[in-house]
Amino acid sequence: MMPVNDQGVGPPLWLLAELTYRCPLQCPYCSNPLDFAQSKDELTTDQWVSVLRQGREMGAAQLGFSGGEPLVRQDLPELIAEARHLGYYSNLITSGIGLTDAKVDAFRDAGLDHIQVSFQASDPELNNAVAGSRKAFEQKLAMARAIKDAGYPMVLNFVIHRHNIHQMSDIISLCERLGADFVELATCQYYGWAFKNREGLMPSAQQLELAEREVNDYRRQLGDSGSAMKLIFVTPDYYEERPKACMNGWGSLFLTVAPDGTALPCHSARLLPIEFPNVSTQSLRSIWYDSPGFNHYRGDQWMPEPCRSCDEKGKDFGGCRCQAYLLTGNADNADPVCDKSPHHDRILAARRAADHATAGLEDLTYRNANNSRLFFRS
Amino acid sequence: MAKTPRLRPGFRFQWEPVQNAHVLLYPEGMVRLNDSASAILAEVDGQRNIEQIVARLEQKFPEAGPLAVDVCDFLQDALQQHWVILT
Repeated sequence: MMPVNDQGVGPPLWLLAELTYRCPLQCPYCSNPLDFAQSKDELTTDQWVSVLRQGREMGAAQLGFSGGEPLVRQDLPELIAEARHLGYYSNLITSGIGLTDAKVDAFRDAGLDHIQVSFQASDPELNNAVAGSRKAFEQKLAMARAIKDAGYPMVLNFVIHRHNIHQMSDIISLCERLGADFVELATCQYYGWAFKNREGLMPSAQQLELAEREVNDYRRQLGDSGSAMKLIFVTPDYYEERPKACMNGWGSLFLTVAPDGTALPCHSARLLPIEFPNVSTQSLRSIWYDSPGFNHYRGDQWMPEPCRSCDEKGKDFGGCRCQAYLLTGNADNADPVCDKSPHHDRILAARRAADHATAGLEDLTYRNANNSRLFFRS
Repeated sequence: MAKTPRLRPGFRFQWEPVQNAHVLLYPEGMVRLNDSASAILAEVDGQRNIEQIVARLEQKFPEAGPLAVDVCDFLQDALQQHWVILT
């Protein structure tokens, strides 16, 4: 059994270090907050080292370096070395922009365990249009090969939406050629910039069904050929009738630290009207176990109906708080993905809209500092 | 039995004091191992073949009796999960 304290709270096994909101790409489904450009402060190297040490002491074993684009932090090699020294399994989650063969090797020598490269599509035109960068695709391909050559396990991540969902076979075959070990085909979830752009990103039910069939066919072929490449297809919440057990429960396993040191139970939670603690003024241990922010949605005392009397509340914890907030204006509510939710019609309306959506890539709001300034709270 | 198992590249086996257990770590994932899986994986070093691993475990746990079947079953499973490779 996992050790828990007297309130039944176990250790944060997963630490996500969002090192920076700076990023050379402009993906319109970025999970960073819409007003990211308002938050310019970044923790210093010493502060990050302290966060890593405290997290490891509490039991965190998986560490993600993410962002923004974590490569823009000049102290990344130092943080990687510290992570290895502490015994973390460290994952670099990157666009590949700013990566070089030399860095790939240097990170490996410093003890980095894994580099995940995200792609936007299987062809350069669409990839670069979504990323808002003309040279992104070639760079990503080159870096995927360098990562493979350096002996890392290779995880390729594709964010899937209505403009690339027809490419499943091409995407998987590209991954096979690159020698990927794991392929994440992650259909957009609608938070941050993706929520803002939902109508222009959400696939129709028919598109989704075709894509799933293509993935399953390919999976069968891979199985027959004895390939170890694993395909992970993440279906969008909006096409489920039951909510996901978001983050395996609020404050249960995951601890995210945002660039300015704000500690969050997930990387979207910043959008909630809840005050979250900061690692620069509070220890990670007291943040995790004692802070009102992290205790806010632990247990089930906070649940209103229909969750309160639901026999599945121990399984899905009422779904996602951020989704409840974005779709109903109250984060206490049941995740509207659930068909028991009185707000489930909002999900159905989004599905209907996806059947008739006509927006092109040019109609999306791209994630950049100029667009971000439009979302500053006055 | 003459083949040599090793952990798949990018997989790491280690002791986690807070969980009081051995775990297998891999890209963005972690498996908490039970005692027998831990005992077997602790012997998987990319040098010893299956026969040697069995012999070492039988020496370590004499009260457990013959272990070849258990070790092979586990390694078969670990192969299917792509945790280990055989060379």
